[in-house]
Amino acid sequence: MTAPLEAAEPAVQAAGPGDERPTRRGTLQYALSKAGGALFSIAMVIVGTFFVFRLLPGDPVRNLAQGRNMTPAQLDLERRRLGLDQPMIDQFFDFVGKTLRLDLGISYEYKRPVLDLIGERLGPTLLLAGTGLVIAVSLGIWQGTRAGWRHGSRFDRFSTGASLVLWSVPTFWLGLLLMMVFGVGIGPIPGLFPFRGIESVDAPDGFAYILDVASHMVLPCLTLVAVVYAQYLLVMRSSLLEEVSQDYVTVARAKGLRDDEVRRRHAVPNALLPTVTLVFMRIGFVVGGAVTVETIYTWPGLGQLFYEAVRVPDFTLMQGTFLLITVAVVVMNTLADVVYHMLDPRVRSA
Amino acid sequence: MTSPAAARRRLALSRFWADFRTHRGGMAGLVTLVVAVALALVAPLFISADVTSVVSGTGERWAPPSLSEPFGTDESGRSILLMVWWGSRTSLLIGFLAALLSVVIGLVVGVAAGHFRGWLGGALMRVTDWFLVLPSLVTALVLAAILGGSTFTIIMAIGITTWPATARLIRAQTLAVEARPYIERSKALGAGHWHITTRHVLPNVAPLLLASTTLEVASAIVTESTLAFLGASANKTSWGTMLRASYDFGAATQGAWWYILIPGLAILAVVMAFTLVGRALEAVLNPRLRRAA
Repeated sequence: MTAPLEAAEPAVQAAGPGDERPTRRGTLQYALSKAGGALFSIAMVIVGTFFVFRLLPGDPVRNLAQGRNMTPAQLDLERRRLGLDQPMIDQFFDFVGKTLRLDLGISYEYKRPVLDLIGERLGPTLLLAGTGLVIAVSLGIWQGTRAGWRHGSRFDRFSTGASLVLWSVPTFWLGLLLMMVFGVGIGPIPGLFPFRGIESVDAPDGFAYILDVASHMVLPCLTLVAVVYAQYLLVMRSSLLEEVSQDYVTVARAKGLRDDEVRRRHAVPNALLPTVTLVFMRIGFVVGGAVTVETIYTWPGLGQLFYEAVRVPDFTLMQGTFLLITVAVVVMNTLADVVYHMLDPRVRSA
Repeated sequence: MTSPAAARRRLALSRFWADFRTHRGGMAGLVTLVVAVALALVAPLFISADVTSVVSGTGERWAPPSLSEPFGTDESGRSILLMVWWGSRTSLLIGFLAALLSVVIGLVVGVAAGHFRGWLGGALMRVTDWFLVLPSLVTALVLAAILGGSTFTIIMAIGITTWPATARLIRAQTLAVEARPYIERSKALGAGHWHITTRHVLPNVAPLLLASTTLEVASAIVTESTLAFLGASANKTSWGTMLRASYDFGAATQGAWWYILIPGLAILAVVMAFTLVGRALEAVLNPRLRRAA
């Protein structure tokens, strides 16, 4: 949470003299080495998941059974079902083998393969998080540019202040407030938008269905955008501030370019790179937001599935969703790294 | 103590304070924090954990704010005001301790990664980057759920998932400090790893560490409340568990806006205060930002 308050941090290093122009081979090599690193990270995630779920102090089954009536016999059965009675080394190879074959086990609550459940929930999450991310990024970059370019202006002070407030607001609380004001309605204001699930009980067909889903998406999306966009605004603003004092901006002005043109053609493209990379670097933050938002609005996505797994608690489902979410985040980070490398010549030489 | 070093330090401190005072936001945040912490500390003199017990809820259920109950009551007639007051103890305690844990891990890893350049530093950075990528809220939720969700495990879960940002910051600062000539002089005089890191690096990273700790507390309080809201938390009353209850008992559909608004405003006020203080500290301590601002 500290990071977005600072300048964007991807290692932008000035190219020293004598740096050769990077070749396509260089990029490919970089991508391959990054992919190797990602594979290593994913392997560590799998190993880490195994140990976190099995080796932590105490007995996971007993911890998970907290607050529920389970006889010792039932606990034993649950342990056997999870294979916890096997020697650790056997469990490990069994787990790794199954995970590599995408066999994430059977959900305790749903009595169905975890992978199937994840497949069902992936669509709604991609819809919600994707829409939210696109809006948040566009809004953040647009306002960040305005704020950074007119640094110290009223707009700058207002938007920076507002994003600091949004930054401090817990996602779930904002969700509750929006739900109360725009979902349920308060005082004379009627509830404007539905706030439970993804579709109405008697969902219509065709185009009306799309409208129905869209109206269900308004509040969750608004919550997600409000919380996420603040950091893009702050980062865009600070990276634009870095660019404004650069020589090439002075040169562009000296050439007599209009202010608008200096901004659009010179400063913003350079400031954009770290910001866009950050979008993907911090994708884990968006994922956390999605879990919270989906929980509040009972949006039938991956985040809600994960939350249910924690609440029930459903050991295999929790493990499966955690693995998938983490691996997805690692992959997106790596992609961001490689794309950044391809787009920004300044980091290639680093 | 009138040694030149002590006098210099006192001068630096007073200059720092003068600088800090010019930041209006930072001062407002500091005042808020002092008040909040003082209130949390003196709470046991006036109220006890009884205010959170369902049995003691003698008031009307779902009563809106009035003169006798300034912030209204909850689903079993307990006073929201007293619960927020008592809950501040849990929220602040977890916030401080989790931030402390996170910063200590970050400091040790960061200084070690910056000081030992060889394979050890490389390996530490690899681990840091790996942790940095993990979606922290999701990981913390898993840890809290598996470990059982006591106050201690919540602190562990937050601390373990949030240290990498501090580690990176500290490593960068350590590298910058160790590039200076006086480190070379110190080495030539026979200083060991321990001497260099504790006597030269640590004092130089300490100011930055203060700023990042402050921001870390803010984020730990938010994380704690989120974990509590998502149901992985101690059974003690905190602002997060109050909001969880407001959600479970349908405060929104009951129109009990005070039940949702008040605990959330408490979180917002404290988190904003920490953020403002942290940013002011950063601005005062970080010359790079001072130039930009």
